[in-house]
Amino acid sequence: MNNAETIKHEAGESMTALIELQGVGKSFANRAVLRAVNLSLMPGRIVTLIGPNGAGKTTLVKIVLGLLQPDSGRVQRSTQLRVGYMPQKLHIDPTLPLQVERFLQFANTDYVECLAALERVGIAHLIKQPVSGLSGGEMQRMLLARALLRKPNLLVLDEPVQGVDVTGQEALYQLIGELRDELNCGILMVSHDLHLVMAATDEVVCLNQHVCCHGTPQQVSVDPEFVALFGAKTALYAHHHDHEHDLHRGVVNSPASSSCNHDSPQHGSPQHGSLDKSSTSYESKEGSQSDV
Amino acid sequence: MYDFLYLALLAGLGVAIVAGPMGSLVVWQRMAYFGDTLAHGSLLGIALGMWLSWSNSLAVVIVCLLIAGVLIVFERQRLLATDTILGILSHGSLALGLVALTLIPGARTDMEALLFGDILTVTAVEVSVVWLMAVCVLLALWRLWPSLLAITVHEDLARVEGVRVDAVKAVLKLLLALVVAISMKVVGVLLITALLIIPAASARHFAKTPEQMALLASWWLCWLCAWASCIVVAQYPGRPLHCG
Repeated sequence: MNNAETIKHEAGESMTALIELQGVGKSFANRAVLRAVNLSLMPGRIVTLIGPNGAGKTTLVKIVLGLLQPDSGRVQRSTQLRVGYMPQKLHIDPTLPLQVERFLQFANTDYVECLAALERVGIAHLIKQPVSGLSGGEMQRMLLARALLRKPNLLVLDEPVQGVDVTGQEALYQLIGELRDELNCGILMVSHDLHLVMAATDEVVCLNQHVCCHGTPQQVSVDPEFVALFGAKTALYAHHHDHEHDLHRGVVNSPASSSCNHDSPQHGSPQHGSLDKSSTSYESKEGSQSDV
Repeated sequence: MYDFLYLALLAGLGVAIVAGPMGSLVVWQRMAYFGDTLAHGSLLGIALGMWLSWSNSLAVVIVCLLIAGVLIVFERQRLLATDTILGILSHGSLALGLVALTLIPGARTDMEALLFGDILTVTAVEVSVVWLMAVCVLLALWRLWPSLLAITVHEDLARVEGVRVDAVKAVLKLLLALVVAISMKVVGVLLITALLIIPAASARHFAKTPEQMALLASWWLCWLCAWASCIVVAQYPGRPLHCG
């Protein structure tokens, strides 16, 4: 994790953290949900929180948002912190007549600014539509627009692509990346979809009640703890990268290394880590890439 | 000559203007059962009023506010689901009220007036109480309206954006308790929830914004009051009328 530490160090020198959690713990009904979690969010960096169900992702997000107080540890917020929050799911009771415009005005009453925010997320034409009639992707974009209207320096996005089809997901992640560049805001994302989110993030924090591992997506995806948690899914992700590596190395014609049929998780992750020195031994054992 | 009718009309209009917005909030926040609970609790209030020789309305207001307070406290504990708490409060206070009424010597209640209200016998004082309540509740709703809508849409999001969610919810419950307690004389225990819910629910279909829904519900109720008065006048043209 040398690389991650360097990145953190650099970031720490140039700017202060928007929010910093130190040794944060939280339990519900005597059951520890979070133990000694450290997390710091910097301007201009996308941090993605991943972890299985019950890992405490939502609890951690609520602590960052200030909705929950931790039982132990310290939470330090920058004095200039302005949070834009995009909740996981919005269920608007059908008995409540509400148009998109009115929904955005909870965050900012200025019509022009509301329209601008909708334009930025690409759904300005829906401003007069009832919220209950929006599709999954439109709903997420509307929520993102509302978060933007608060002029945040920290965006907290809880499963931002939920209920969006794959092309929509890619577009949404791209939009989130662009917004980070434009606003230079920190972004904390929660996700359980590893495949796409890995491409869109600077740092991954793998949570399972404690921080299992963190670092760049490349580093985390070869971390043994990560592999133990996400074995099957990692294989999917690794497979994606495998392909490029293989092409690059010109070994695609080797039947063993056209790894599409590597369906066992143990197989996939070390394969992916072929850039890493530690995994070379695996590869030689497999004997599929004799040209290494 | 139609004095009683003017008073009844005024009382009805007072309840109507506040029932629209309040009823809409009851529908949006799914608080219908809370309205019922308060209505049941008012029987306990009447028993309390007789026992302590207080005015019935005052005792009912106190009991309804108490029920709202108990609900607010128990909801924060999160030990039981809200509808379970309401069930306990509702039937508990109804049972207590019934038992208390039979134990009080010489207690005679006009059950029909309690259940359906007796709008034609309202006094000028009662009308002014209704209007005082209506003005206070409407002012409070007007101040809290954006916050109330924000928590209806998403509580956590509202909280992040700086709304004091718990306080706003508590105030809404207390306001509803006040509305139910004071309207009871006019519309009765059985009909109070209907008065809140039915106009709001039917206004939903025609409304594009939350405000339209609230105003439309009130407008229908006002129109109904006026219409009912006209019918009474038309039925008994030029004749003095005595009620009760």
